Amino acid sequence: MTAAVREASKASGPPPGTRRSGPRFHIGTTALVYGALVAILAVGAVLVAADGKNLFSTGNIVDMLTRSSLLGFIAIGQTMVILCRSLDLSVGYVMAACSLIAALVMNGSEANVPLGIAAALGAAAAVGLVNGLVITKLKVNAFIATLGTGLILKGWLDTEFAGPAGKVATSFQQFGYTRISLVPLSTVVMLLLAVAGVLYLRKTRAGHHIYAVGGDTDVARLSGIRTDRTVITAHILCAVAAGVAGLLIAARFGTGSALVYDYGLDLESIAAVVLGGTYLMGGRGGIAGTVAGVMILAVLDTVFNILEVNPFYKDVLRGAIIVVAVAIYARRQLSARPSRIRFAAGGAS
Amino acid sequence: MSTGRKFADAGRFLISGSGTVYLVLIAIFAVIFVNNAGFFEAGNLLLFVKKAAPLLILAVGQYFVIVAGEFDLSVGSLVGAQVVLAALLIDGEEARTWPVILLMLAIGAGVGLVNGLITTLLKVPSIITTLGMMLVLFGAIRLLTGGAPTGKLSDGFRVLGNKGIIIESVGVVPWALFIVIAVGVGAVFLMRSSFGRTLVAVGDNEKAAGFAGTRVWWVRTAAFVLSGLSATVAGILVGGYAGLTSQVGDGMEFVAITAVVLGGVVLGGGRGAVLAAMAGALTVESLFTLFTQLEVSSTLRPTAQGLIIIAAVAYASRERSRRHTPHLSTKPAEPNGHHPDRVLKESR
Amino acid sequence: MRASRLALVGLAAVTLLLSACSTDTPTETPPGDQPAQTADGEWFVRADYDRELAQRDIAPEGDAAKPYLQAIQPEWVDTAKFKKDGGDATVCFSNASISNPWRVTGWITMQQQVEVLKQSGDIGEFRVSDAGDDDNKQISDIQAFVTAGDCDSIIISPSTTATLTPAVQAACDSGVPVVVFDRGVQTDCAVTYIHPIGGYAFGADAAEFLVENLEPGKKVLALRILPGVDVLENRWAAAQEVFKGSGVEILGNEFTGGDGAKIKDIVSQYLQRGDVDGIWMDAGDGAVAALEAFEDAGKPYPVFSGEDELTFMRKWKETGIKAIAPVYSNFQWRTPILAATMILKGEQVPKEWVLPQSPITATELDDYLARNADMPSLHYAKFGGEDLPGFPDAWKDR
Repeated sequence: MTAAVREASKASGPPPGTRRSGPRFHIGTTALVYGALVAILAVGAVLVAADGKNLFSTGNIVDMLTRSSLLGFIAIGQTMVILCRSLDLSVGYVMAACSLIAALVMNGSEANVPLGIAAALGAAAAVGLVNGLVITKLKVNAFIATLGTGLILKGWLDTEFAGPAGKVATSFQQFGYTRISLVPLSTVVMLLLAVAGVLYLRKTRAGHHIYAVGGDTDVARLSGIRTDRTVITAHILCAVAAGVAGLLIAARFGTGSALVYDYGLDLESIAAVVLGGTYLMGGRGGIAGTVAGVMILAVLDTVFNILEVNPFYKDVLRGAIIVVAVAIYARRQLSARPSRIRFAAGGAS
Repeated sequence: MSTGRKFADAGRFLISGSGTVYLVLIAIFAVIFVNNAGFFEAGNLLLFVKKAAPLLILAVGQYFVIVAGEFDLSVGSLVGAQVVLAALLIDGEEARTWPVILLMLAIGAGVGLVNGLITTLLKVPSIITTLGMMLVLFGAIRLLTGGAPTGKLSDGFRVLGNKGIIIESVGVVPWALFIVIAVGVGAVFLMRSSFGRTLVAVGDNEKAAGFAGTRVWWVRTAAFVLSGLSATVAGILVGGYAGLTSQVGDGMEFVAITAVVLGGVVLGGGRGAVLAAMAGALTVESLFTLFTQLEVSSTLRPTAQGLIIIAAVAYASRERSRRHTPHLSTKPAEPNGHHPDRVLKESR
Repeated sequence: MRASRLALVGLAAVTLLLSACSTDTPTETPPGDQPAQTADGEWFVRADYDRELAQRDIAPEGDAAKPYLQAIQPEWVDTAKFKKDGGDATVCFSNASISNPWRVTGWITMQQQVEVLKQSGDIGEFRVSDAGDDDNKQISDIQAFVTAGDCDSIIISPSTTATLTPAVQAACDSGVPVVVFDRGVQTDCAVTYIHPIGGYAFGADAAEFLVENLEPGKKVLALRILPGVDVLENRWAAAQEVFKGSGVEILGNEFTGGDGAKIKDIVSQYLQRGDVDGIWMDAGDGAVAALEAFEDAGKPYPVFSGEDELTFMRKWKETGIKAIAPVYSNFQWRTPILAATMILKGEQVPKEWVLPQSPITATELDDYLARNADMPSLHYAKFGGEDLPGFPDAWKDR
């Protein structure tokens, strides 16, 4: 497992011998994902029309966008973490915990809304910090570290709350229900967060560090980047994003709920991130693609719902579509594939 | 070698990174013993093995996949699908038991084959492949049964997981124990064979393995097939033990991965011993038993579990990286053939 | 200059956007609604407990041969304002999920009932959304029905009580008659809320049977599925109330997730440490596994309270144990459809439609087993669909 082999494979572009196919323009992966989104929308519209309905009616568009907000927040956070070659399986539990904290602190009064938001996001950041520290300082691999954190949270949630608790102030519920004509407020916030994330990753030094650490930790460290700090920051951001998702849950439900950790959002967010073209090994991809990945899943969900597809058939289709879609992108990433030291001891290295 | 030396080496092994799981296992058993010595009576111990057997087998399968550098998240769904399928097809008819079991093994291997091919030939990351497969299996089996399991497992089917042979002075020795021993021995031999060494090499550095002439795609796919087969065997055992319920298999994949990692197998591949993976599974199961014995509040168990998992893996990680400074050792190989710096020797 | 022009454009855009703001927030839930948990411990409301236990002894109104149409102490409401002539109604149903065999059984029964009404022309279209136990999805599903605007009636089986309340309120606000069944919500805006007597009665039936059949000092193990689900928590809260002062010792209460292997393991471990004389379960999943643990340990069978799930009932018959099968009236899945059609015909319905809920005792065991002889193992005996045309195949060949 020498650094030399890794470097050689990383440094080059497409390995010699790869055929340069046809026209010289390079379709970026992100463009491909959006293309896939458009294709799925088209196919969905046709299927729905065949059933006598309109996919692009107000109600359905609102539906699609609403369904994308929750997963969107979590997937944006997950992107950050996956980009630096880590993973976060505790997002569902963080979301549940934050929804409860927000609802309990707000306790129905308008005055407590900012405090509730701050408390929830603060708690989320703390969990993210713990995740990051366990991964970098204790050198536990991300899968186990975040699985462990999630379990710890689960025990606390089940013991203290066992279900819904707290009451959200009415004005805060607007977050979950208000629309700006077609677009729900939650989706707007999600998109703003996405834009902020993209700017962070592309324009700030810390963002570049995330890509560097994901691409090759040792090289990044040798270049003087504080890899530990970068990974910890990424985990804090991921947890805070999950915290915002928790706030959305609280707004939609009017109360906090511990049971939301069962929604399978951890694996679904990973699927959305990979669907969006981000490389699971880190170092490549971005939030723009993730948003498209989230939208694809939301459109699929809505179409299945309109067509009243049997819920079990839904599972089969989703599983198959996720694999097929990633298979199509993965082909493009045949080149420059670094060797596998995923999740080795040492955390994100 | 003098006995003192043997003990010293054993002791050193236990506190090394690879030996952590055995240390934890001994610690848990010690606490159980103090709390309830009756646990170690032959009858109760065998009952424990019967219960733990499915996870032990599942851990072996997951070990093959993880040491090759991949994940298999579909095993939980596969176990569930197999049990439900068995009930559907057997429907209480004894005569159908063995043909259905053979069919289940074929299906298990087939699912593993599909997982493997998609991961190796289509280059889809294994997390995604097996996640997709998990969803497909989950939905497909429920489509087949209309949402709730139907049919009935025959008594013959349930014998393997639930019954055993009577041995004088010991009591009923469950078939599950024999199956676990057989699988364990088989796995150890497999890992010592050239296939096993190639598997580890592929997990450690697939490019180098490729240059050395290995058909990487075939080796990885074989690992998935083994995982699918082990899930089938685990399904047979769990169906025998617990009968037919609708949630069978739920979440087993995470427990299996936890067990394997506890056993010191590194996620990412290239390191770890199959016996240690099985020890990890035993640790997880005995931890659950310990919780019940100590009457830890049901809802607090996940917290304790999470803390213990993180602690165990952190300790092992620390020990492993401490000993990673290369040093030339002239002393003979340690009792279990464990020398953390020598990757190939470590795997069994 | 570019900056200020940019700022102006931005401001204009924002103003334009804000003017397009609209909200679907439901109106504030009216005061006077009972919260789900109050004093007397988290999940125990004394008033509800007493009421449910009393309701067990009140004779329901209506034909006993059609338990799904019977009602206990009904307070009739007028539905003339919802009358829709011409039949062919579009009924929309937001289902929490079909993620467990109890719900699957009920769902099949409901579909068969819809078939009958489609034949008779009362129902034209039956639209279903399945939320997969996801509260957030169900809120979206209900909103989708409301915005679609062409539902003549909306039936909702909420996945969680507290969290679905705003969505149900929004559905009511849209003017369409809303029928809520199974779990309730914290608003009574629905035209009718259909449910069997309730969780307290279930838990009490089970616990009282154990107390009657066990001497003081005997030990009972409680097996529960999940924390935090109000229908299940109420059952345990009632059981605790009954066990209090009865002399029966509770060994412990364990969460099992309904998983057979876990149940068997937990029971085996308790058996290793001593005797277990009775088992109280908050639902029937995995009951057989618990009994098998006794078999494997060679210990005598306990007094058992399970549920009307067929594997348990068949095992009960086979082993001859002392047992009771409390029910959560699976036939409640028929009632909402019938209620919706009644409402659309302007007929009166009870404001809170309390369906009968009586456990299956040893004397009734044979009868129910005979009636369900062909049914698959994870079927529920009191599904109430024997007189539907699809019987028995629709349930047999799922």
